[in-house]
Amino acid sequence: MTARLAATDLACRRGERVLFRGLSLSLGPGEALHVTGANGIGKSSLIRMLAGLLRPFSGTIHRAGRIGLLDERHALDMQVDLQTALGFWSALDGADAPMERLGLAALRDVPVRYLSTGQKKRAALARLVAQRAPIWLLDEPLNGLDAAGVQQFEALVAGHLASGGLAVIASHQAFASGGFVTLSLAEYIPPLRNEEGIEGWATEAARSDVPLAFQTPIQPSPQGGGA
Amino acid sequence: MFRALLHRDIATLLPGGRRGGTLLPLLFFVAVAMLYPFAVGPDPALLARTGGGVIWVAALLAAILPLERLVTSDLESGVFDQLHLRGVSEELAMASRLLAHWLAFAPLLLVATLPAAALLGLSGQTLRALLLGLLAGTPGLAAIGLAIAALTASLRGGAALAGLMVIPLAIPILIFGAGVLSRPNDPAALVLTAAISLGLTALCPIAAGAAVRAAREG
Repeated sequence: MTARLAATDLACRRGERVLFRGLSLSLGPGEALHVTGANGIGKSSLIRMLAGLLRPFSGTIHRAGRIGLLDERHALDMQVDLQTALGFWSALDGADAPMERLGLAALRDVPVRYLSTGQKKRAALARLVAQRAPIWLLDEPLNGLDAAGVQQFEALVAGHLASGGLAVIASHQAFASGGFVTLSLAEYIPPLRNEEGIEGWATEAARSDVPLAFQTPIQPSPQGGGA
Repeated sequence: MFRALLHRDIATLLPGGRRGGTLLPLLFFVAVAMLYPFAVGPDPALLARTGGGVIWVAALLAAILPLERLVTSDLESGVFDQLHLRGVSEELAMASRLLAHWLAFAPLLLVATLPAAALLGLSGQTLRALLLGLLAGTPGLAAIGLAIAALTASLRGGAALAGLMVIPLAIPILIFGAGVLSRPNDPAALVLTAAISLGLTALCPIAAGAAVRAAREG
C-alpha cells in the first residue's frame, strides 16, 4: 500500500478559540512536511488531528497507512527498566526496538524514571522505528536531543523517506538536512473579530468560506500559551 | 495482543508491581475488622451477627483505594494514544485492565477475609457465605471502580471524586452480597449478586473505553 496523508480545509478549535482554519495538505511517499509556528499556534493539535487522536473542528483527513506518533508523551512505564518498557511495545509491534542504533544499549537495565529527557526521546524514537509505520507524525522531535542525537534523528528520517515513508514534523527548530517543504501555521490564523473585541476569539468566522486573501492574518501574541 | 496488554497490566497492578501496587488496601481492610470490636465492645454474639456486614463495608471501601492508579497515569503518559495508533481499541485495553484489576485485588482480599473473620469470631458457615458473596460481588466492584476511574481520570482531584461516585453505585452489590449472610442456605441472593456483577463486568469496558476516548479528545 502506498503511504498517503491528505487533509482538506482543516480547522482546529480549542475551547472557544479557533487556532487555525482553511488548512489543506497532501503528502505522498518520500515526502516530508515541516510545520512551523510560534508556541501555542496549534502545531501539536495539528499533529494529533492528523493522527486521529483529536477530532477536527471542520475539514476531513485521509490516511493510507499506519501512523507512528512521537510527541512529548513517551508512553514508557517509569517504574521499570528501559528494556521492559520498550519490550511491551515490541510485543505489540512485533519487532525489537533498535536500541544500539540510538545509543541506548548501555541503558537497558536502567529504570525509565532515571533517564534524561534526551534519553527518553531516543527510546521513543527507537520504538517509532520498530513500529515500521509508513506515516510518521513527529511533534517537536528535537527537544532534548543533543547534537549527535539530532544527527541520528535526521538520518532516521532520511532513511524513512527513502524507504517510501512520509513524515510531518512539527518543530520550531530548523533542520540541517533541509529539503523539507515548510508549512507556516501563522498563515492560517483566523482574522480578528473586531466587533467582539477579543483577539483571535472567533468561532463562526472559522467555518466561513471567505477566501484567505480577503482576510487579514494576525500575528499570535508572543506570550501565547501552549496548545 | 491481549496477552501483552494483560501481562503489562498485571505486572503493573499487582502488589509490589510497577505502578506502586501495594498491600495497603488489604491492610486497611484487616484494620477495619481489627478496630470494630474496640468500637462496639467484645460481645461475641453481637460481633458474630454484625461482623459479616462490617467486612462487606470494609471490602467496598478497600476496593476504592487502588482506583487512582488504574487509568490516570496511562492517560497522562500517552499510552492510550500509542495503543490507539496500533489499532488497540480502548475497550480492549479496558477489558484487560478490568481483569488485571480484579486479579490484583480480589484473590488477596479473599485471603485477608480469613484473618478478618477470625478477628470478629465469625462462624464457619458465616465465613463461607462471606467468601462466596465476595467472590460473586468483587468483579462488579472492580467494574464500577474501573469505569469511574476512567471517567474521572482527566479531572483534578479525580481520585477523591471517584471514591464518592463508586459508593452509591456499589449499593446493589452490597445489599445482595451482604444479603447472602442472613440466608446462607438460600442461593437467591448469591445468584443476584453474581448477575449484577456479570452485567457490570460486561458494561465496564465499553463505558471505560468511551471515557478514555472522551478524555483524549477533550
